[in-house]
Amino acid sequence: MRRFLRPGHDPVRERLKRDLFQFNKTVEHGFPHQPSALGYSPFLRLMAIGTRSGAIKLYGAPGVEFMGLHEENNTVMQIHFIPDQCQLVTLLDDNSLHRWSLKQHGGASELREEHRFTLKGPPGSPPSAMQITAVLPHSSREVLYLGTESGNIFVVELPSFRVLEDRTITSEAVLQWVPEDYCNRRSCELVEALLEHPKNPDQILIGYSRGLIFLWDLQNNKVTHLFLGTQQLENLYWQRDGSKFVSCHYDGSYTQWPVSSDNRQPQPLENLVPYGPFPCKAISKIYWQTTKNGLPYIIFQGGMPRASYGDRHSISVVHGSQQTAFDFTSRVIDFFIIFSSEPTAEFDDPSAMVVLAEEELVVIDLKTAGWPAVHPPYLASLHCSAITCSHHVSNIPLKLWERIISAGSKQNIHYSNMPWPIDGGTSIAPDPPQRDLLLTGHEDGTVRFWDASGVCLHLLYKLSTVRVFLTDADPNDNMNTLGEDEWPPLRKVGTFDPYSDDPRLGIQKIYLCKYSGYLAVAGTAGQVLVMELNDEDAEHVVDHAEADLLQDQEGYRWKGHEKLKTRDGPVRFEAGFQPFVLVQCQPPAVVTSLALHSEWKLVAFGTSHGFGLFDHQQKRLVFVKCTLHPSDQLALEGPLSRVKSLKKSLRQSFRRIRRSRVSSRKRRGGSGNASEVQEANAKFDQDMLQEMELAPVQRKIEARSAEDSFTGFVRTLYFADTFLRDSSRHCPSLWAGTNGGTVYAFCLCVPPAERRMDEPVRAEQAKEIQLMHRAPVVGILVLDGRSTPLPEPLEVAHDLSKSPDMQASHQLLVVSEEQFKVFTLPKVSSKLKLKLTALEGCRVRKVTVANFSSCKTDDYSENDLAVLTNLGDIQIISLPFLKLQIRYPCIRKEDVSGIASCVFTKYGQGFYLISPSEFERFSLSTKWLVEPRCIVDMPEVTSNSHVHTKSGTENAARKS
Amino acid sequence: EFRRFSLERSKPGKFEEFYGLLQHVHKIPNVDVLVGYTDIHGDLLPINNDDNYHKAVSTANPLLRIFIQRKEDADYSAFGTDTMTRKKNVLSNVLRPDNHKKKPHIVISMPQDFRPVSSIIDVDILPETHRRVRLYKYGTDKPLGFYIRDGSSVRVTPHGLEKVPGIFISRLVPGGLAQSTGLLAVNDEVLEVNGIEVSGKSLDQVTDMMIANSRNLIITVRPANQRNNVVRNSRTSGSSGQSTESSLPSSTPNILANFLQGEEESDEEDIIIEDSGEPQQIPKAAPTSESLESLTQTELLHEPTQNGFLPSTEMNLNHSAGSISMEYEVQGSDCKSLEEDGTIITL
Repeated sequence: MRRFLRPGHDPVRERLKRDLFQFNKTVEHGFPHQPSALGYSPFLRLMAIGTRSGAIKLYGAPGVEFMGLHEENNTVMQIHFIPDQCQLVTLLDDNSLHRWSLKQHGGASELREEHRFTLKGPPGSPPSAMQITAVLPHSSREVLYLGTESGNIFVVELPSFRVLEDRTITSEAVLQWVPEDYCNRRSCELVEALLEHPKNPDQILIGYSRGLIFLWDLQNNKVTHLFLGTQQLENLYWQRDGSKFVSCHYDGSYTQWPVSSDNRQPQPLENLVPYGPFPCKAISKIYWQTTKNGLPYIIFQGGMPRASYGDRHSISVVHGSQQTAFDFTSRVIDFFIIFSSEPTAEFDDPSAMVVLAEEELVVIDLKTAGWPAVHPPYLASLHCSAITCSHHVSNIPLKLWERIISAGSKQNIHYSNMPWPIDGGTSIAPDPPQRDLLLTGHEDGTVRFWDASGVCLHLLYKLSTVRVFLTDADPNDNMNTLGEDEWPPLRKVGTFDPYSDDPRLGIQKIYLCKYSGYLAVAGTAGQVLVMELNDEDAEHVVDHAEADLLQDQEGYRWKGHEKLKTRDGPVRFEAGFQPFVLVQCQPPAVVTSLALHSEWKLVAFGTSHGFGLFDHQQKRLVFVKCTLHPSDQLALEGPLSRVKSLKKSLRQSFRRIRRSRVSSRKRRGGSGNASEVQEANAKFDQDMLQEMELAPVQRKIEARSAEDSFTGFVRTLYFADTFLRDSSRHCPSLWAGTNGGTVYAFCLCVPPAERRMDEPVRAEQAKEIQLMHRAPVVGILVLDGRSTPLPEPLEVAHDLSKSPDMQASHQLLVVSEEQFKVFTLPKVSSKLKLKLTALEGCRVRKVTVANFSSCKTDDYSENDLAVLTNLGDIQIISLPFLKLQIRYPCIRKEDVSGIASCVFTKYGQGFYLISPSEFERFSLSTKWLVEPRCIVDMPEVTSNSHVHTKSGTENAARKS
Repeated sequence: EFRRFSLERSKPGKFEEFYGLLQHVHKIPNVDVLVGYTDIHGDLLPINNDDNYHKAVSTANPLLRIFIQRKEDADYSAFGTDTMTRKKNVLSNVLRPDNHKKKPHIVISMPQDFRPVSSIIDVDILPETHRRVRLYKYGTDKPLGFYIRDGSSVRVTPHGLEKVPGIFISRLVPGGLAQSTGLLAVNDEVLEVNGIEVSGKSLDQVTDMMIANSRNLIITVRPANQRNNVVRNSRTSGSSGQSTESSLPSSTPNILANFLQGEEESDEEDIIIEDSGEPQQIPKAAPTSESLESLTQTELLHEPTQNGFLPSTEMNLNHSAGSISMEYEVQGSDCKSLEEDGTIITL
């Protein structure tokens, strides 16, 4: 035992280990969890997203990504880029300001926090008075204007964040310009909006929440114009030439105001409630964009009739007679418009609208008729239906890759062809070394194919298995059947749809053969579909077969869900992967393991009751084996998982309600609210925690016995061509491992290709190994004569792998949750073992063979086991000697779903979910490292050619 | 037949020498015999290892009366007074229609055949405040039967006393193995599991480690009750009077050796069921060592099949099954550790 604790320090090996292994978390794929703020720099053409956990992420051209994390983990409330600079300022909900900058370092840009600052009032003043509500980075880049809850506007110097007290604009100073009858000397309330005049940087527009709006002259410290709004103000927007601005209001109205030198207290030009006359929800943000043809684009968020559409998350675009209310699947956090920011341009000419909703990013092409959506190259909503499983396939052959892309492009015809409008920065990362696919199975019965080769996880193709089945919800039943003259003109956009029609459709296991294009997909209700890639649409009948896994068992009754009803007759399938056979397990329990052998044309599947082998060439069931222990009533009667998942889903829905309740509250009426709610929330969580801690924390120490529940649960299936019976002849074999520590080996007789259709495939049980420690078997592997894992099916046929060594004797590696064991073959006797749990108290959750190449020499590579434990550690264990090489902490051990979601690639990378919508990508290899590496060059600012700012302001201040 | 001879009481020597002496004295050099003696209470007790031999010699008063029986027709039931053994005897009889020997009568397991249930080990190397307990778990007849919890304990460090988190026994299941040994008690602090320190490990980790080692669990504890600590000098059993069946003195160095060896050997042997129907598939030209092994395999294999290895009805009788398998081990002249049912079964 002690020899495990003190591994021999072979200096050569130690050096080699350094050349082979290295742990990095490289990039987060997917959509940020709980986004809370959005910012955009037209100058850098970068978008920034802040989250409730204090993360800030910058995105530009595909591959250009930066990430930062605020130490405090507080919600990011606002993000503002400093005009013409590689800098941005974030406001957190603890009222702190943080200045971040993009600086080049070692050839690539990095995002770094440089300064932090909290606005403090004079001693004795209430803290809420200093709560920042509006931030205006002035185009001079020297100061920030900070509107506060008290109505005062503070000026802080950049980059030092020094408060310039003499330049503070107090609400009292402003109020003296207001006619007595208007305000009755009431305070102005909080500063809702601060905007710089687009043409004259010495003037700023100040909007107070009560509706009062001033144009303030910074030079002379006086009000130049006064606009007496009567409605509670939500936001303001300058028109490009500075002659007018728009205000939007809490009652769902917007108002245009003229700004001219002849009238210092003008009346509104126009006041409109777009979705009146009935009471409407607030319009919280508005854009007024001019175009060449004279018709403006008026784009506003909200304003829906309160009673009938108050629950919609909408943004309306009005352009002449065209009007569409884009209806988002989740709450709109913020949005911005990409328009011509050239100062010389006369018109805004908006090209795209970028909307950050709570669960997805939607970009609308405003140039193309019909305003189609643009397919984002990143920030994909992985969780548009909850992810139930994932499968990674490395090094996809070009042919298959192109066919998948072509199938996918047929699905994406309704997207705009517009090039991605957010294109700042340059990616200097090397091209991905190979084409990798990540397949995710979802609760709604779909499988999504992601391009996981590079930094941008990009959806290539989406496969739905729903068509094979009859479900309650008819797929043709379109929710979006609004008539022509429907009012408001709502249009659903976005793909986020977390509600599954039927949980039985959920995908549990996926297996893709990259050489043949065969795909096997298995689901929650015991359905196993085998599919083939077809480049054309086709209509055909899906063959059915039943696999009764309880054959020999009598008198048992399945109390779980029923199997899915299938559609009779031919079914039309779109180009892509088309199912040709359906194997239905009986009882229809969750499929827990799946293996496909494309060369032998066999698919093996297992549930909690047993496993079976299906010949998908002849469409014939070869055999089934019941693995159930007679006393295991639980597995017999129904899925425990169902009870669990019901509980889980209930819990989650409560959580969702709670969260949405919190997040839907706008920071209204003061500092207090949001943070109070959050505090309450935190307190609630804490209470929960305490409650949990109060429960007696003690663990029973008991040996596992044969009678434990779910011992028959099939955890792993493996095909191998090896020496199962004698050392002179090898034959195809199928291996299955169960939860109770049993390994079954079946000898298969597959007829040669020319007689493949004439003779049946035969199988015969050859071996049964019972691990005495009875821990679940999570991996089975056969090593060839050179101790190399056997190649995948068809790998040798495609010349992508050396043929296995069939001369020397093979070895069998069985990985249980607790131990790694190497046995000899064909006579099974124990050769080597590593007792992981006994030594370290951790258990194996995931295990894969990974190939590691040296970063120093091109010609050295080796196979090792990459292991994820229940503690969230990743260990690399050598083959075939089972020596622990290295260990890295990777996932928090409390993050059960993260650990459960982890997948390893064949070349030492991996993915796990850090939130329902984000995969963290990590690398264990020194050689294969996919991480963003990019440069954001600051455009030259010496000349005046780049004089434009966030709000399209011409920057006259620079001259002065 | 009676023989009378003398031994030096202070230097009794080893049991094997004594056994050889007996065979020599009786001129039965190649006959397997059972050796017994009567103790002061008049009970007939066996002599089959150094320990009970020494015990016998030391208790001889002044004569040591020794009985020798030929092994084949030994009346095992004559030994001992414990009714438990008798009961088990019946069970093993039911269990095992002996097909090797045509003996009609019941075979009681010899004390060497008793499997130990628990022992205190490494007394000589551990601090007196610690106790290393080995629990032998066989089959499913008796649960290990204890619970552990988180807690905090006080350690002496260079900086004075320090409170550190620790793992404690929180509950003993009545009738469980842990309770029946009397070697573990509630609030004992667990320091090591099978030689691995638990400090810095979470409750769940320690749980997993214990379960992973459950077939041969060695726990080092700091007993909550320090009054019953073993006194160093007495080399006799620290478990005397407490453990029922583990009357084997257990703190001798040879058990320690056994423990260390156990690290290597006592691991559970997995069961392999080969389902090869046709005999011609057995390799003929295979390497010699392998064919030898497979030979022994087939020889060994009738018994467990008859025993019905897996049917659950007999699971609760595993107590005796343990001893049975040991007997095979002996027959197969396989003299490694005798604790595990390391059988390979061919059906």
